[in-house]
Amino acid sequence: MRVEGALALWGLLSCTACFSPPADFTFINGAEPQTLDPAIATGVPENRIISSLFEGLTTRHPETLEPLPGMAESWDVSDDGHVYTFRIREDARWSNGEPFTAHDFVYSWRRALTPETAAQYSYQLWYIKNAEKFNAGEISDFSEVGVRALDDRTLEVTLENPTPYFVSLTSFYTLFPVHRGTVERWGDEWIKPEHIVTNGPFLLRDWRLRHEIYLVKNPRYWDAENVALRSVRVLPSENANTAFNLYEKGTADWHGSMPAHLTDLLLERPDVHVAPYLGTYFVRVNVTRPPLDDPRVRLALFQSVRREDIVRYITRGGEVPAYTFTPPMHGYEPPEAPGYDPEEARRLLAEAGYPGGRGLRKLVYLYNTLEGHRDIAEVLQQQWKENLGVDIELLNQEWKVYLNSQRNLEYDLSRSGWIGDYVDPNTFLDMFVTGGGNNATGWSNEEYDALIARAARTDDHAERMRIFRRAERILVMDGPPVIPLYYYVVRWMYPPYVRGAPPNLLGELFLKNIWIEKEGV
Amino acid sequence: MLVFATRRLLLLPLILFVTATACFFILRTVPGGPFDQERVLPPQIQKNIEAKYSLDRPLVVQYGMYMRDLVHGDLGPSFRYLNRSVNEIILQAFPVSMTLGMLGLMFALTLGVGAGVLAAVKKNTALDYGSMTLAMVGVSVPNFVLGPVLIIAFVYYLDWFPVAGWGRLSHLVLPAVVTGAPYAAYFARLARGGMLEVLQQDYIRTARAKGLPARTVIAKHALKSGLIPVVSFLGPATANLLSGSIVVEMIFDIPGLGTFFTQGALNRDYLLVIGVVLVFATLLLIFNLLVDLAYAWLDPRIRLE
Repeated sequence: MRVEGALALWGLLSCTACFSPPADFTFINGAEPQTLDPAIATGVPENRIISSLFEGLTTRHPETLEPLPGMAESWDVSDDGHVYTFRIREDARWSNGEPFTAHDFVYSWRRALTPETAAQYSYQLWYIKNAEKFNAGEISDFSEVGVRALDDRTLEVTLENPTPYFVSLTSFYTLFPVHRGTVERWGDEWIKPEHIVTNGPFLLRDWRLRHEIYLVKNPRYWDAENVALRSVRVLPSENANTAFNLYEKGTADWHGSMPAHLTDLLLERPDVHVAPYLGTYFVRVNVTRPPLDDPRVRLALFQSVRREDIVRYITRGGEVPAYTFTPPMHGYEPPEAPGYDPEEARRLLAEAGYPGGRGLRKLVYLYNTLEGHRDIAEVLQQQWKENLGVDIELLNQEWKVYLNSQRNLEYDLSRSGWIGDYVDPNTFLDMFVTGGGNNATGWSNEEYDALIARAARTDDHAERMRIFRRAERILVMDGPPVIPLYYYVVRWMYPPYVRGAPPNLLGELFLKNIWIEKEGV
Repeated sequence: MLVFATRRLLLLPLILFVTATACFFILRTVPGGPFDQERVLPPQIQKNIEAKYSLDRPLVVQYGMYMRDLVHGDLGPSFRYLNRSVNEIILQAFPVSMTLGMLGLMFALTLGVGAGVLAAVKKNTALDYGSMTLAMVGVSVPNFVLGPVLIIAFVYYLDWFPVAGWGRLSHLVLPAVVTGAPYAAYFARLARGGMLEVLQQDYIRTARAKGLPARTVIAKHALKSGLIPVVSFLGPATANLLSGSIVVEMIFDIPGLGTFFTQGALNRDYLLVIGVVLVFATLLLIFNLLVDLAYAWLDPRIRLE
């Protein structure tokens, strides 16, 4: 009986005692990836793995994020900015040894746009002629969509409008190629380690849910000689304290965040790297509800928040106070915006008929469950009371309930955040066009809509930036539907022996570029 | 006894059916859907997704489809872990929770029953007071406090165990202790109470009067009946332990069922939540049945029929 018991226990333990060998580089990826299928993936943790397994027409410079040749060794753009011709590199191969061709992109983009695939980010392909119609099922003949392989090595893409950041978009995972034979043979199971065929710098060796992902170098990758890491372990650790412990005890070599309560202590350390991030923390204002339908009230709220207090005492991680919605980025300097001016704010509120806040109903500030959001909400509550005499009631909701309330405009003020998909002001500013799905404020401005539409038709970079500045000036000056609070920063932790991992504006980690400078590796 | 066990096992599908039905409709009353996110999707894409997962069908039709699949043992797809089925997730996570739960249970039973019996035998001594104080502490200290305290002591100071993770035997020790500690404390109190009651019985007095050694009296005569309260708690405790603990899993990064359940609820991953609930319900029913059978063995006066 005792022997049987011991055997049973051994059997159980042996199920778990299956661990991967140590890797050259181990990093903490946060949440467990929803999927590794490039077409249907959506998040940052997914991106870090998918961008290592697959490669699009272009890749990105790890620091500046400028597009670099990937599967395409070169590309031409027609004079009118509508037609892009990509030349696929001759030495490109799938991980099973099959040659890589332009047809692989046609198949993959068609798959991403097919309604049955249900790709959430398929709109990243809508810049292509007729892609939106095909995705919506309005047309079923894919030959009407502006993508075709002229031969094995030439891919021609015709766009709806000149889109200067289209080349950058080709390094976004929704536009990555997938291996047709594998997808068609295995269906949903094609991304399992035993089936998957990839074309990027790494291969998927193992993937156990919420346990680990193990990658090894792909010897068939066209640039394999410049990939230093032979193996990578990915740990999905969502708990901030546990993730920090793993990093601190040397189990992980890289961690993409830090526990909020340790920020002050950690910021002094040399292994902490803080850099700008393409994201803004802001408050949405529901302009459909009185008294917030009065632009003066909104502007008064905008001008009476001392953002410096929030970044200095609450977030404390190097965040930058924000007065514009779009963070500064390469080639774009946001316009001047109203600053902190409580005197002017009081004047505006009085002008709107609420001197000292008298007569103004209590406003409800909606936020989702997170300690940091609550702290910021309390600071805002106090500042609006002190500066304007406005009473704020805080309303905390669980994430999905909060999203539901925000979407249905069941709020007065709602905490929000927005992270750009690509380095271009459009990823922020096209949100607030009339009826835009992500507008969620009820705000509408004809001139603003016209400017955003004009920017979409303009291929001159300098002119586009001027148009965006004009649009953004309207957004933050003309009775703003948003109250930007701060621009996010990336806070990465990695020791000096990890090289080639500079923080960048999109917080992307490029495993391809990393090397380890320590003995034995 | 066989009839009793068979009857209870036959009830299992009916209970699971009622549980699945209740879960299915209750989950749908909560605001927010599985694919809601901060970035609102264009309506046509939302439509494509809903069509793929049949979320665009009337609720009753969805329920019918779910029940049809359930009868065939298919728990459906996960809405969070795309490309994964609920069956696959449970098959991957349940052995993890079961291993950890069994170790926690072994730890809890060994320490708890040992301490409880000892406290009863040495009633009103320092040993009794000491172990009962510890048991009180064990019941009162939540595992989100105990876990970090053990990490500081055994990981940071002594460096005996890894801080978190899964895969090696050394990964199991601290989570098993944290998982089992509150149960150990509870078992200790139950064992002490049960043993004290039995030790006052006439047949124990007779056994002692016959000159049997104290150890024999306790091991052969008292333990069997004295542990009935422990056994009665064993059913729900085992079901609880084997189905995973969200807190322990979060603290030690353990890929068990507990986190899938809570995250599933937060993500509105409806079918995953129902799947885990069904696993828990099955465990609960089976272990309660085993407890009832154990009663009869421990105390022949109990007639199950």
